Amino acid sequence: MKYEAVIGLEIHCELKTKTKIFCGCATGFGADQNTHVCPVCLGLPGVLPTINKRVVEFAIKAGLATNCEINKYSKFDRKNYYYPDLPKNWQTSQYDLPIAIHGWVDIDTEDGRKRIRLTRIHMEEDAGKLVHSGTNIKNSLTSNVDYNRTGVPLLEIVSEPDLRSAEEARTYMEKIKTIMQYIDVSNCRMEEGNLRADVNVSLRPVGSETLGTRTEMKNINSFKGLEDAINYEVERQREVLEDGGHIVQETRTWDPERGMTLSMRSKENAHDYRYMPEPDLPPIVTTDEQIAKYRDELPELPDARRERLEKDYGLSDYDAGIITGSRASAEYFDAVVAAGADAKLAANWMMGDLAKNLNAENLTIEQSPVDAKRLGAMIGLISKGTISSKIAKKVFKEMWTCPDDPEKIVKDKGLVQITDTSAIEGIVDEVIAANEKAVNDYKGGNKKAIGALVGQVMKKTRGKANPQMVNKLLAQKLNG
Amino acid sequence: MKVTKDDLDNVAVLSRLTIPSEEAPQYIEQLDKFLTYVDNLAQVDTEEVRPTTYALPIQNVFRDDVVKPSLDREAALSNAPLKEDGYFKVPKVLED
Ligand SMILES: [Zn+2]
Repeated sequence: MKYEAVIGLEIHCELKTKTKIFCGCATGFGADQNTHVCPVCLGLPGVLPTINKRVVEFAIKAGLATNCEINKYSKFDRKNYYYPDLPKNWQTSQYDLPIAIHGWVDIDTEDGRKRIRLTRIHMEEDAGKLVHSGTNIKNSLTSNVDYNRTGVPLLEIVSEPDLRSAEEARTYMEKIKTIMQYIDVSNCRMEEGNLRADVNVSLRPVGSETLGTRTEMKNINSFKGLEDAINYEVERQREVLEDGGHIVQETRTWDPERGMTLSMRSKENAHDYRYMPEPDLPPIVTTDEQIAKYRDELPELPDARRERLEKDYGLSDYDAGIITGSRASAEYFDAVVAAGADAKLAANWMMGDLAKNLNAENLTIEQSPVDAKRLGAMIGLISKGTISSKIAKKVFKEMWTCPDDPEKIVKDKGLVQITDTSAIEGIVDEVIAANEKAVNDYKGGNKKAIGALVGQVMKKTRGKANPQMVNKLLAQKLNG
Repeated sequence: MKVTKDDLDNVAVLSRLTIPSEEAPQYIEQLDKFLTYVDNLAQVDTEEVRPTTYALPIQNVFRDDVVKPSLDREAALSNAPLKEDGYFKVPKVLED
């Protein structure tokens, strides 16, 4: 039997507020253990949590940017469970009235664009961090808890089970990351756990509409981990089903070192969260005017920006997709064009030499030693004919390590294109004299033979001659 | 409402309570009485009543995103039964 995978993601996205969701403790990453804690986030009795206004703003913006409907009446609920990373023994989250519902985002797949539906986006608090005394949670006799992260605001973005492969899941998560970066509500630093996914995976026979039993893998914090975990789990479930077995609904953990998923806990009542309305937090009521204001404040979103680059500059859908793949890259492109560069050349340089150099040194575009202004100026020199495209590669290489303006580099290194006819003429004469065979071939009717002569001239001028001019001069002399 | 021994056991597990078996009948009886009392409310016609999500007539109580001093770590850990290197120390997390 042929099976297809049915995958849904719950993405936890840490918001970039200064303070926690219900108290004034700082959210900064990397502080000493238990120094960003107070009676509220430690869950001491008698405290009164208060909602951080910014969290609601960010959540509504995230909802609008993912085509959600905003719930104008929203509230928090208590999700009860016992785990030492949760000092109150409940997580303050949202249950039946989340801030945003019924959205969608489009992703690029092999078969073209595909719409992934969002079930909901809700606000909640993050939990603390456990440091185990053993090598893992199972062989640790005790654990140490750091509550700095407890109460850091999160959005949980829940997709419908619309994803069909590990690759689609990755592309979807990347899209969510891109959108959250564009609207500037999260730093989206994967290595700091700003973006983590819980993944639901089940299999069903191709053509079937019923969902199979699913397993859940929690807290996956890299794109590679996401793909590997899904591929492993799909294979594992396929083997179980093909052997006539059945899938147990359970939570499994992804072990990146061993490259496999392991069963975690499957107590039947472990998921009885007994949600109840949070009595300490009054409901959030949002007006149409406020929603309109937040919508106005949104920047141009990735899909719209991509369309603009295609329409205004004639970039291909693929190129525009790559360039708008992050806000930083899209802004870099706009700045290169604003510096006077031709848009298509700008795209080629960004996706060519710039991307190659950044990758080689593992840099982000924000860290690029060649900023947008200098790249724009360099591309301007190509368009003006000051340098050839070939020489431009040398100039770019120079710019990578030297902070000077491209004009200065071109002058200092003597890379200016020779456009002076008399200077080129002498070299053309030399080349004609020294290449009898090619000259005779050309005169004998093989017009292609001129290419070898052009090459010789370019070589002698170390690439600085203007190739069109060389061509013209050679033709004149050979035909004349 | 008829509370069973299974119901009591389930609630006890969820609440992390150990209930000695000789005390179970007493708790079952109490829970049963309590739930029967609550059941009386079911007789009220609530067809036209929206569910209450919050008891008081207030909404939109927010604070600005401004950092306030956190607790001194010693104070934060002062009630912890076990601590180590500035951490709260807890017993084994998962059962086998
Ligand atoms: Zn706090």
